[in-house]
Formats: sequence, structure tokens, C-alpha cells
Amino acid sequence: MNYSSLIIAVLILLGGAYLLGRNRARAIANQGMKLHSLPTHYGALMALWTGLPPLLLLLLWGLMEPRIVDQLLVAQLPAHIQNGSGAEIQLAVSKVHNLAIGSGVSEAPELQPAVKHLQALQQRFDLLQAGVILALALIGVALTWRRIKADMRARSEVERIVRYMLFASSGIAVLTTLGILASVVYEAWLFFHKVSIFEFLFGTSWSPQIALRADQSGSSGDFGAVPLFAGTLLISLIAMVIAVPVGLMAAIYLSEYATSRVRSFAKPALEILAGIPTVVYGFFAALTVAPIIRGLGESMGLDVSSESALAAGLVMGIMIIPFVSSLSDDVINAVPQSLRDGSYGLGATRSETVRQVVIPAALPGIVGAVMLAVSRAIGETMIVAMAAGLAANLTFNPLDSVTTVTVQIVTLLVGDQEFDSPKTLAAFALGLVLFLVTLVLNYVALKIVQKYREQYD
Amino acid sequence: MSIIENHTTNGQPFCKDPKLTARGVGVFYGEKQAIFDVSLDIGANEVIALIGPSGCGKSTFLRCLNRMNDTIDICRVTGAIELDGEDIYDPKVDVVPLRARVGMVFQKPNPFPKSIYDNIAYGPRIHGLAQSRVELDEIVEKSLQRAGLWNEVKDRLHAPGTGLSGGQQQRLCIARTIAVDPEVILMDEPCSALDPIATAKIEELIDELRENYTIAIVTHSMQQAARVSQRTAYFHLGQLIEVNPTDQVFTTPEHALTEAYITGRFG
Amino acid sequence: MTKSSMTTREKVEKSMKRRRAAEQRFRMYGVASVLFGLLCLVVLFGDILSKGTSAFSQTVIETSITLDADYLGLDKNADDQQVRLANFEGLIKQHFKDMVQPDGRKERRQLYSLVSAGASWQLQNMVLNDRSLLGQTIEVALIADDDVDQWFKHDRGHAHNAMLNETQIGWLEQWAEQGILKTRFNTLFFVNGDSREPELAGIRGAITGTFLTLLVTFLLSFPIGVAAAIYLEEFAPKNKITEFVEININNLAAVPSITFGLLGLAIFINIFGVARSTPLVGGLVLTLMTLPTIIISGRAAIKAVPPSIREAALGLGASRVQVVFHHVLPLALPGMLTGTIIGMAQALGETAPLLMIGMVAFVVDVPAFISDPSTVLPVQIFLWSDSPERAFTERTSGAIIVLLGFLVIMNTAAVMLRRRLERRW
Ligand SMILES: Nc1ncnc2c1ncn2[C@@H]1O[C@H](COP(=O)(O)OP(=O)(O)OP(=O)(O)O)[C@@H](O)[C@H]1O
Ligand SMILES: [Mg+2]
Repeated sequence: MNYSSLIIAVLILLGGAYLLGRNRARAIANQGMKLHSLPTHYGALMALWTGLPPLLLLLLWGLMEPRIVDQLLVAQLPAHIQNGSGAEIQLAVSKVHNLAIGSGVSEAPELQPAVKHLQALQQRFDLLQAGVILALALIGVALTWRRIKADMRARSEVERIVRYMLFASSGIAVLTTLGILASVVYEAWLFFHKVSIFEFLFGTSWSPQIALRADQSGSSGDFGAVPLFAGTLLISLIAMVIAVPVGLMAAIYLSEYATSRVRSFAKPALEILAGIPTVVYGFFAALTVAPIIRGLGESMGLDVSSESALAAGLVMGIMIIPFVSSLSDDVINAVPQSLRDGSYGLGATRSETVRQVVIPAALPGIVGAVMLAVSRAIGETMIVAMAAGLAANLTFNPLDSVTTVTVQIVTLLVGDQEFDSPKTLAAFALGLVLFLVTLVLNYVALKIVQKYREQYD
Repeated sequence: MSIIENHTTNGQPFCKDPKLTARGVGVFYGEKQAIFDVSLDIGANEVIALIGPSGCGKSTFLRCLNRMNDTIDICRVTGAIELDGEDIYDPKVDVVPLRARVGMVFQKPNPFPKSIYDNIAYGPRIHGLAQSRVELDEIVEKSLQRAGLWNEVKDRLHAPGTGLSGGQQQRLCIARTIAVDPEVILMDEPCSALDPIATAKIEELIDELRENYTIAIVTHSMQQAARVSQRTAYFHLGQLIEVNPTDQVFTTPEHALTEAYITGRFG
Repeated sequence: MTKSSMTTREKVEKSMKRRRAAEQRFRMYGVASVLFGLLCLVVLFGDILSKGTSAFSQTVIETSITLDADYLGLDKNADDQQVRLANFEGLIKQHFKDMVQPDGRKERRQLYSLVSAGASWQLQNMVLNDRSLLGQTIEVALIADDDVDQWFKHDRGHAHNAMLNETQIGWLEQWAEQGILKTRFNTLFFVNGDSREPELAGIRGAITGTFLTLLVTFLLSFPIGVAAAIYLEEFAPKNKITEFVEININNLAAVPSITFGLLGLAIFINIFGVARSTPLVGGLVLTLMTLPTIIISGRAAIKAVPPSIREAALGLGASRVQVVFHHVLPLALPGMLTGTIIGMAQALGETAPLLMIGMVAFVVDVPAFISDPSTVLPVQIFLWSDSPERAFTERTSGAIIVLLGFLVIMNTAAVMLRRRLERRW
């Protein structure tokens, strides 16, 4: 039995248990005894105890089984493979898996025993799984059935379980953060065993391609990430130069000048920009903007790379405009009207009021918004992956091609990878840097904005 | 209570030497009319108190006098208001110099989130009133002195204005208005957020300011109106019911509604 | 009050010219900013539309071809396997050779390259469906090669085409004049999976993959997001732990999406052994990514439920859990759904984390289940945009139009739902 049919079976049992529990409670009530809770509560209790444990076990099982099966498989592989490297074993194991489901392209007689073993193993596991899961469900039914009495506090028990489930759901966010941290920290830690953290953070040469021959220069690859940091900063800076003034001025215009008709049209229109997938921006940057910039540059006699930082930064700036403008809009609207009145009452013009009263009053919030936008720009992947280059040039010339942290993560991790190579691990080290930087930016920005809001509440 | 048909204002709404004259002023918020056919003079160097029950349109009328209502999209003003004989609602009139001449102090103290000095200097700076730093310093000091705040803040001119007490903040706002050297000052319940001692200080200040300025003050306190004003105008549901010298209004009101209000039957 | 000779009024009047100019300038900056934003929008859409609409038509060569049973070595009783092995390609080549009479080997090769490799599949499928066609002369519209397609749709008569030479263009012009060369609606674009041949590449695989991935995402993120929002808004005690959870959620909402891909790769794939490139692992990653959005909007929806409803129910003796599930949740549900749709729209357009977990694979077959290898629409766009062929650029834009179409539908649904909501309160 596969997972979906097991899940369906458990769900059917769960439904049955609900009816069973409810009817039993009703029967007790009909005997003239006063129930502590409503019959439906007894039904719900039965359903919970019938469904929850098997489903949880099923989840665990699904997580554990592949590991265990693979462990058992390795023992069945030919001796020469068993003694080989980790990668070889992995390759053989996945081959066996493919052969077992009949999608193996290459015949491999030496693996046949393992394939047979796997098929047998899987059959046995499936049977065992079905048995255990269904048994667990039935045990749930039986035990809860016996517990249903007139004075049993079914409702409070159900509610307690529900609360735990709600709590667990909100804990997933924390688990996600921990998961991200754990994965990047662990892999980065492995990486820093191979490449010193100092070299990584301060080295100025990045060429992670492992040379084909050991005697080639840089045979171990260079992992100095400074060019990536510089490239990321350069592109983010270009994006900010576009997005901050335009976004801020647009927000100011829409909230302080525009009539409500203009506002009700222009605001949603600008927000459409925020809803366009980044891959579309990337396409636009690579196929439309970059050639235009290159053409313009060449007509002025400049040497422009076809993957110039300018093209990526420009388009990223456009993407971030609505982000800046809607955050600033919130912030500007939080400035109390009384301050504006005070200024107008003294005979200030609108622009004087905006520039000298509203903006200074909103400054902390605007700073927070800009920080969030910077974090957005640093972490943006698709635009740069499609429009920026791969070569790690250490330059601040916007017409040159630079690469960024996210581009390198994508390049290093897309396609086939061996899991222990410094190349793959380097991606996680970059991920760690990216995560920490954006985390700090976000945290500080959110704190600033929150403080700012409280000030005017 | 409904709006009185064909009402004419009782008492003496006009005066010999008017600074501001309002004739047949009506104010609409969208469809809703908030002020009906109000005609009133505000004399030079007088303090006129505007009183009346909540929502009767005192603030609305006051805000017409320096076109603060322009900042509210849906607000529309009819009739004529003249300052020194010039129509302030003439399309050619720019509100900026108008508001420099007719300053306004609000109900809640609203110092800018800047230093005390910069709060005062704000108006003179934007209007280009001071040629030099020295001149600006002078204006700031003078304004603070006239607002009776100088001694309290002279050692911390560069501390934020929001750090002052409520009464001090309100005097700061008055000083800020004086610094622009206006001809008329409009005050919308300037003391309603303040304690009695701070209130007394502001009332004293208003009395002193009368020498140089024309002042219109909205207040909910009958005592305050009696203490600071020469004339009192009573508004009721958007209509101007009665205007008379203050002592007369409080001793022998002409209109029954005025009497009802000052004797505390509603308000 | 001032020492200088001018009165205040004069000074103010004097300052007005400068200030009016400054005001005008400032206002203009604002207008310019808004216009710039709108212009970007128009240019972006215009660019995509101008590049992409032609992806929805395909050039075909209409011709009558004889399905020579002897040449193919098939008879009416041939089984499917035999049909699949039959040499339809040769038949087509023969047909065109007879038609055009090319001169020499080189010209023959040039002639054959005008027809898509998919043409033989077209014939094959026809025969698979109907053996009685064997031996008959039938009218077919054979798919032209992508170079022909591009030339016919864009270059003919005014632009140089680097992919075709004089001889080829000569033939094509002749066909075009005879009315053999035509464009028709590009059905293949919607029914095929990916292909190396642009004229055969379609988005069905990517759309199905997207659908399966979003299905997983929705099934997981909606219940979990709603549950978390309920807990945080209704049950969570005001303490450090709750605060920590909230900070976590807010931060996750702003963390770069690519880091979710790293998590997916390191934890789901490498530790738990979930299969790479599948909608299952894609959905898991996108679930984690969209949860913060759903939780945050869910909490806002719960907050919007008037407290009086809660108090009334509590006053009747309902327990907290009952109040929430019977009274608050039904009222908050439309708002939560709106947030979820927005989260799904986000997930729909997301690319970066999916690259990490192997959804970039070249997948020809349309996935049928959440554990089949597949790709999604945005990743398909990414993959195609990298291809040098002009026809792929066009298809990329076409796929973008489809993607934007889906997004428009989802956002419209969200807006309409929100309108409904506003009307009720
Ligand atoms: N911005 C506005 N939009 C719509 N209606 C308004 C607005 N401001 C005031 N009003 C209406 O105009 C009428 C007069 O309001 P106004 O604020 O002038 O009264 P008031 O006499 O100052 O009252 P209070 O003593 O409470 O300050 C009220 O009915 C009020 O609802
Ligand atoms: Mg008022």
C-alpha cells in the first residue's frame, strides 16, 4: 500500500471513529445519564485519537524509511562498490532505485542482487507499514471507546489537543528559521574546514571551478568572496539609486498632492509592478534593457558589457519602486495631520511642509523602509541570475559585468553536485552570509518602524 | 433643535474698524452644510471669542479665515471674507502670504519634531524674514519672550520641542505663530488640553498680544471668554445667533438660545 | 519687529517667486516619479506582449502527402509498435524532394531542415489513430521548423534572416505565394511538454507542474497558516515566547526566497530524502515561504472581527475554542482566503528556491503526480530565456504572458473577495 491509500484509509477510520464516539455518547445519554460534554465532543475525541497518532507516525516513517532502506541496500552492493567513495556508493544506490522501478536505462547485472533485495525489502516495508499504521488507528479507537463515560470531560480534552495543534502550527515558523540556520551553518562549517573563514571573507579572488587536472593553477578553486560582496553591493546600490528617490517621491505625490481619483488609479497600478514575478524582470533585463544600454553606451563610445551591472541594477530598481513607495506611503500617512496643519497655519507651502515637517517626522520609518528595500535587493536572485554575469570581477564600474552572492549560490547548486565538494559547500557559506545580513537588516528595520509607529499612536 | 429659518444675527456683528469681514459665509463639507450665512466683523486689535455648543461650526468658521479649510478636499466655502478690504477667496490670492498674515494656533499643541529653536525659526526661515543668523536669533528670542517662554527654555533652545510640558508646548506654538509677525491670530481652543495654571499663563499672554494683533479665539470656557475677549459671538448649529460686547453677552444675552447656553442648559 | 526697512508683508511677498518655483519643481518631481513607475509598467508589458503574442501562432506547410504503405512497410493490421518504428521521416523527405527537386546533397539537406522533426510524429499519430489512412493521399499541415516560423512571422519581405540562405528563402517565398505556408493557432504550445526543438516545445508540463506544486503548497500552508494565525491572535499568552515567534514570522516574510531553497536542499532532500525535482519538495519549500504571508494576513483578518461578537458568544457560556471555531473563524475566513490567494500568487511566480531543489531539470513528460519529476512555469521561463534560438525568446515571452494571465486571475479573485468582505461590514 502506498502513502496516499494509507492516508485515505486512516481518514476513513477517523470519520468512522467520530460517528462511533458520538453515537456511544448519545447511547449513554439515552440511558438517562447526564453527559459532561456534547456527543459531538466525544466523537471529535475519538476521531483525534484515531487519526493523529497514525498520521504522525506515517510522517516520521516517510522521513526515516529512505535512510534505513539505503543503509540496508549498501550491504547488498558488490564489494568493490562498497569499498569505494561515498559518491560512488550514492550513485550505485540511486541506480538500484531506478532499476527497481523499471526506469533504469543501463542494464547492470552486478547490481541485480541489490535490485532484487530492494524490491523484496520495499514489499516487506510496505506491508509492515500498513499493518502498524492501521493497528495504531484501531488501538486508538479501542482505547478511547473504553474511556467514554458520562462524566468524562471530553470537551476540555478535545480543546486541549486542538490548542496544542494550533501552537504547533505557529511553531513551524520558528522551526523554519532554525532549519535555515541549521542547514546553512552546518554546511558552512564543513566548508570552513576546507577553506579558511578568513580567506572566504577577505579573499579577493573567486573561481570555484575545480580544475580538471591537479597541476592546473588554482586546482583547489579560489574562494575569496569579496568580489561577490562588492558586486552585490554595486547592483543593490544602483537599484537603490533608482528605487528610493522615485519610490519616495511617488509616495509623497500620491499621499500629499494627488486627488483621490488619481490616487485610486495610480496606487494599484504601481503595485502591479510589485506583483510581477522576478523571473519576468530578469527576462526584461537580459533581453531588453541590457542590449539597449549596451547600444547606448557604444554609441557614446563606451565599452559596455552585455551583462552590465547597470542593466541588472536598473531593472531591480524598477522592481523595488513599489516596495519603497508603499512602505513610505504607510509611514507618511502615520505622520499626524496636526503637524501638517501647524505648518500650513504658518503659511508654509506644500513642498515646504513635506520637506521640512513631514519627511523629518517620518524619517525613522523611511529609514526602516529603505533598509527593508536594501535587504530585498541583496537577496534578489532571478534578475541577477539572468542579467548579471558569472565572472567575479572586483570593480565598481557599473558598465562592467559583476557577479553577486545569489548568482553564485544558484550557479554552484544548480545541476549535478556532489554534496561534499567545496563548491557545493561554498554555496551554503554564501547562503549563511546572505541570511545573516538580511536577518540583521530586517530585524533592525522592523524594530525601527515599530518604534516609529508607537511614537505616533 | 432645528435650524432657524430666515435667521438674522442679533446684536452688533459689525464694527467701525474691521480687520476681517465675513459676509454671508456658508461652508459645506461635501453635501453637508456646516455654516449658514454668517456675517461678522472682527475689529482691529480686538479679541473676539467664538462660543457655542460642540459641533456648531466654530472651528469650521475660524478655519475659513485663513483658508485652512483648503487642506480638506471636500470642503467648500461660499460668501465673502475680506482682510483689510481684500477678498481672501479671490482666485488670484495665494494662501501662503495670506496665512503668514493670519496665523493659527490649534487645540492640541503640535510642535514639530525639531528643536525649540528650529520650531520658532521655521516660519521666519520659510518666509525669508531674517537676513542673517543674528537676525534670526533675535526673532526667536523676541518671540519666545513675548510668549512668556524665554526664561524657561533659554538654556535648552536646541532640545526637542516635543520634550516640553503641554502648557509650554502650547506657548511654543504661539511663539512660533508670533515669529512670523502675523496681523491676525486665530486660536482654536488653545487651552483645552492644558491645566489651570498653564491656562492662566496663556490667557495673560492673549491679553498682552492684543496690543499688536487681532485675535479670534474659540473657547468652551465661558470664564475664559469673559476674561480675555472684548466681544463674544455665539454660534448655534452653524448659525451665528448673537454678537455683543462680552460683558453684555454674559449678563444680558439678547437671544434665548444664548441665554440657554451660558446658563449651562446645553453645551 | 525686524530691523530692516521692509515690512514682513513685503518680505513674504518677495519670497513668493522663489517659493512658487520650488513648489512647482517639487510637484513635478512627484509627477515624474509616478509617471516613471507607470511608464515602466507600460514598457514592460508592451515589450513582453510585442515579443510574446506571436508565440501563439505557428507556421505550417500545408501539403497533400501520400502515406505510401509500401514505403512505410505497414499494412492495415500493423500494430502500434510497428507504426512507431516506421520511417515517416523518410516519407516526408521523399515528399519534399519530389515537390521541390533540390539540386545535390547540400540542397537536399537544406530543404529537409525546413520541416520540423515533429512532422513525422504528426503523421505517425494520424496513422496510430486511423490505419485506414495508409495508402491514401491526405491533406496535412506539417509543422515548419522554427527558423522558417520566425522568418515567415517576422522577417519576410523586410528583414534579413541569418538562419536561412537564399535558396531556402526562394523555396519558402514560392510556398508562401502558393498559399502552402500558413500560420495557425499554436496548439502544440499548450499541449506539449518541453522540447529541444522550439517549434515543439510547450508549456503543458510546466503548467501541470505548477498546478501540482501549488496544490501541495495550498494544502499545507492554508491549514497551518490559519491555525498559526488563530493561535497567535486568540490563544497565545503575551510573553517572550510569543514575541519570539512573532519576530520570527515577520523576519521570515522578509528573508530572501533563495534561502528557503537552501533549506529545502539541505533538509528536505539531503536529510529526509524527499525526491528532487518533484512538486512535493517544491510545494514543501513554497509552503514555508508563503506561511508568513498567510499568517500575517490571517491575523489581520481575525483582528478585524469585532470583539463584540467574541464577548457575546463568551457571555453565552461558549468556551474559547468554541468561540473561535464557531464565530470568529467563519467571519475571518474570507480575509484569510484573500491572504492565501496572495500568498499563492507569490508562490506561483517564485523561481529562485525551486532552482536549488532541482526543478530546473529538462522535463519532457507531463507530470501526473506530486512525486514525478517536473518543472514549473517560472522555471520554464528561466530555462527558455537562456536558449539562443529566437523562437525560444518568443516562447519565453509567450509563457510569461500565460504566467501573468494566471497572476491576473488570482489577484482579481483576491480583490473581488476583499470587495465582498468590505461590503459586509
Ligand atoms: N473634515 C470634516 N469633514 C466633514 N465634516 C466635518 C469636518 N470637520 C467638521 N465637520 C462637521 O462640521 C460641523 C462643525 O464642526 P466644527 O469642528 O466646526 O465644530 P466645533 O464647533 O468646532 O465643535 P467642537 O467644539 O467640538 O470643536 C460638525 O457637524 C462636523 O461634523
Ligand atoms: Mg472645534
